[in-house]
Amino acid sequence: MAENEKIKKVSIIISKGSLEGVYPGLIMANGARMEGIETMVFFTFFGLDAIVKKRMNKLKVATVGNPAMHIPTLIGALPGMSAFATSMMKKEMEKLDIPPVDEFIEMIHDAGAKLYACKATVEMFHLAKDDFTEEVDDIINVGTFYELSAGAQIIFT
Amino acid sequence: MATETMNVTFDADGYLADHNEWNEDLARELAREEGIEELTDMHWKVINFMRKDYIENGAVPTIRRLKKAGGIPTKELYSLFPDGPAKKAARIAGLPKPKGCV
Repeated sequence: MAENEKIKKVSIIISKGSLEGVYPGLIMANGARMEGIETMVFFTFFGLDAIVKKRMNKLKVATVGNPAMHIPTLIGALPGMSAFATSMMKKEMEKLDIPPVDEFIEMIHDAGAKLYACKATVEMFHLAKDDFTEEVDDIINVGTFYELSAGAQIIFT
Repeated sequence: MATETMNVTFDADGYLADHNEWNEDLARELAREEGIEELTDMHWKVINFMRKDYIENGAVPTIRRLKKAGGIPTKELYSLFPDGPAKKAARIAGLPKPKGCV
């Protein structure tokens, strides 16, 4: 890629299923479309939860094993801590006009981004097309992911 | 650029420095610069809502707000202002460059 050349296409992988694991990828994807960049998002492993209908709005912030939370691991493990941190974070995001996951997925889809589920994970978790939100374009394997990503910058989150 | 002859000042990002200097002719000229040859009623609906919202709230509305408060579906917004709807629409509406991430 030539120096200072505008990015034309991005391919974003979302591999984590915590709230803080999913949102960065969604914000990057939406932001790319806002800049007129062709965008695809590939959901793999626990990242699939972001597009599974019954789970997408129940994602939680991980309060254990995350030093940047600035609370001791043992406190983070107390019942309700994750729910509390999740609710706090959602409030802050709402202030910034960052939508809940289902609405965000719809927005990114309406913005013209393509959304794909990883076939290997779908099989591993025994999921089917019906489990996914309707905005998902397809369930694809890794080979297809790379084919569709031709010419794209690949971002792993 | 045609806007250079229109006797208005732009900021470093190419957005109108003072939104009070905006008028509909300027909007048409800015739209042409953005590759939009003709502003339709739907374009004007977006532009007018953005200006009204900016003047009332002091911030350029987000795409989500354009949908929820302005009644402009996201898909339509992207087809009206291709390749960067929030920025393009803000520039045509004579508003500053949007600052948020969404």
